[in-house]
Amino acid sequence: MEKHTQETSQDALLKVSNIDVFHGSFQALWDVSLEVKPGEMLALIGANTAGKSTLLDTISGLLHPAKGSIEFEGRKTSALEPFQIVELGISQVPEGRRLFPEMSVLDNLILGSYNRKARSKREQNLKQVCRHFPILEDRKNQMAKTLSGGEQQMLAIGRGLMADPKLMLLDEISLGLAPIVLDELYRALRGIRERGITILFVEQNVRRTLQEADRAYILESGRIVLSGTPGELQEEEKVRKAYFGV
Amino acid sequence: MTELLDLTAPLLRGILLGGLYVLIALGLSLVFGVMKLINVAHGDLVILGTYFAFFLMSGELLGHKYSVIANLGIDPILSLVIVIPLMFAIGYVIQKFLMNRALGISMEAPLLIAFGISLIIQNTAQRFWTPLSRGLTPGYALECFTVGVLRIPLIYLLDFIAALVVMLALREFLKRTYLGKAINAASQDKRAASLMGINNNRVYAIAFGIAMATAAIAGVFLGLTFPFNPTSGVSFLIIAFGVIIVGGLGSMLGTFIGGMILGLAQTFGGYFLGATAQMLVLYVIVLVVLAVRPQGLFGR
Repeated sequence: MEKHTQETSQDALLKVSNIDVFHGSFQALWDVSLEVKPGEMLALIGANTAGKSTLLDTISGLLHPAKGSIEFEGRKTSALEPFQIVELGISQVPEGRRLFPEMSVLDNLILGSYNRKARSKREQNLKQVCRHFPILEDRKNQMAKTLSGGEQQMLAIGRGLMADPKLMLLDEISLGLAPIVLDELYRALRGIRERGITILFVEQNVRRTLQEADRAYILESGRIVLSGTPGELQEEEKVRKAYFGV
Repeated sequence: MTELLDLTAPLLRGILLGGLYVLIALGLSLVFGVMKLINVAHGDLVILGTYFAFFLMSGELLGHKYSVIANLGIDPILSLVIVIPLMFAIGYVIQKFLMNRALGISMEAPLLIAFGISLIIQNTAQRFWTPLSRGLTPGYALECFTVGVLRIPLIYLLDFIAALVVMLALREFLKRTYLGKAINAASQDKRAASLMGINNNRVYAIAFGIAMATAAIAGVFLGLTFPFNPTSGVSFLIIAFGVIIVGGLGSMLGTFIGGMILGLAQTFGGYFLGATAQMLVLYVIVLVVLAVRPQGLFGR
């Protein structure tokens, strides 16, 4: 496992600088900048359509910024295709899970390790996934579509881990899940993070986010309006409420 | 008793002939299943494979007879060693340089390109090999085997065996290999596939190449079974569509059963209504399935 020294942890693992992103003629992100430090658990908060998923998709290479740049470990990635970005070590667990429903749990996990670097570590990563989510081992020969919602989300996260990522992007993993299932998911995420994998997650549930994240960025209508530690953000919220009543 | 025996002949011939239809339909089904692309050039590409084998056997091209090749007289089934990689390469190039771009433009663009490819192949084949009807006729193509008192052309049996082998090989490839799983994934959810690190465009090109490899095999066995000319592809395209419509898209078992049903429809149609009506029965069955169960017998 990689250990980050004090020095390198000062450098950003991922650096998003002043990006504008469009969906056709609609501008979804305006001059967005963000830094992810190695080993941290960073949250993106915002209402629906604030641009959170757009930002994750741009980092993953599904969308390309019209302006600005994205660097991962000092390497410019904003012009790369998704499959190249996965190989560099960024994997995304997409909103709505997007499992391959007609395939077995095991095949879904194996597909997670499709990129060349991850293939050689497949067995090792498979063991780790089963350690985080033991239920997947029991269900490995079942079709993905037969799993419960919580199990499907575990499979989606497990599949993302199989890519052997340095940075994991998680999009709305709590959608439609019971709090007790969420506790289990976030416990697993803390375990994943302890292995040195950096996590950037999108969450609508502000309370949950402020419990789990080291830092958070708040997006509003495609712009970053606030960022800081949960403590700082709560202070800001109080200030805003006091002065503007919102 | 003799009547019953009479029925065994079309039954057996129908099932075996169905094998050839399965073989022809597999590539069309794969391309539609993965890329959602209706390859109207599929029949012509199958016939192109037949002509490649014809050239390697006869050496005929553009009115010349290349005696070096004619003297070698490569057996059509043996020629698959050359024809399969050649057709794979053609499929790979078509997808990579034409279809992948066209898929990004609109739904109609790939259809138009496929139509263009169809015209190009038909006209090139006429120029290269004349519009005359040809056949692949090594010795064994004319032999029969006997089951009791029935005499069945040996090539029908070979068609069926080839269909089984290709189908099982394709199934194992899609199930067991990384690439096969990637093709499957890209067909289920393109976006999720790219998040798995799959290069969809590359996987598409390989899938088209594999479809053309199966078309090469289909082409050779078709040429051994029936006479062919540069425009034969059209009627086999329609049969391949029929197989997929009856069996249901995206189901390999469906494709197999669909091929059997159409083979049987043709032989029983011929038996009861005469040779001129045998194709009519086949088309009517396709029409009935379309009306009653449009997703096909095994479709979802």
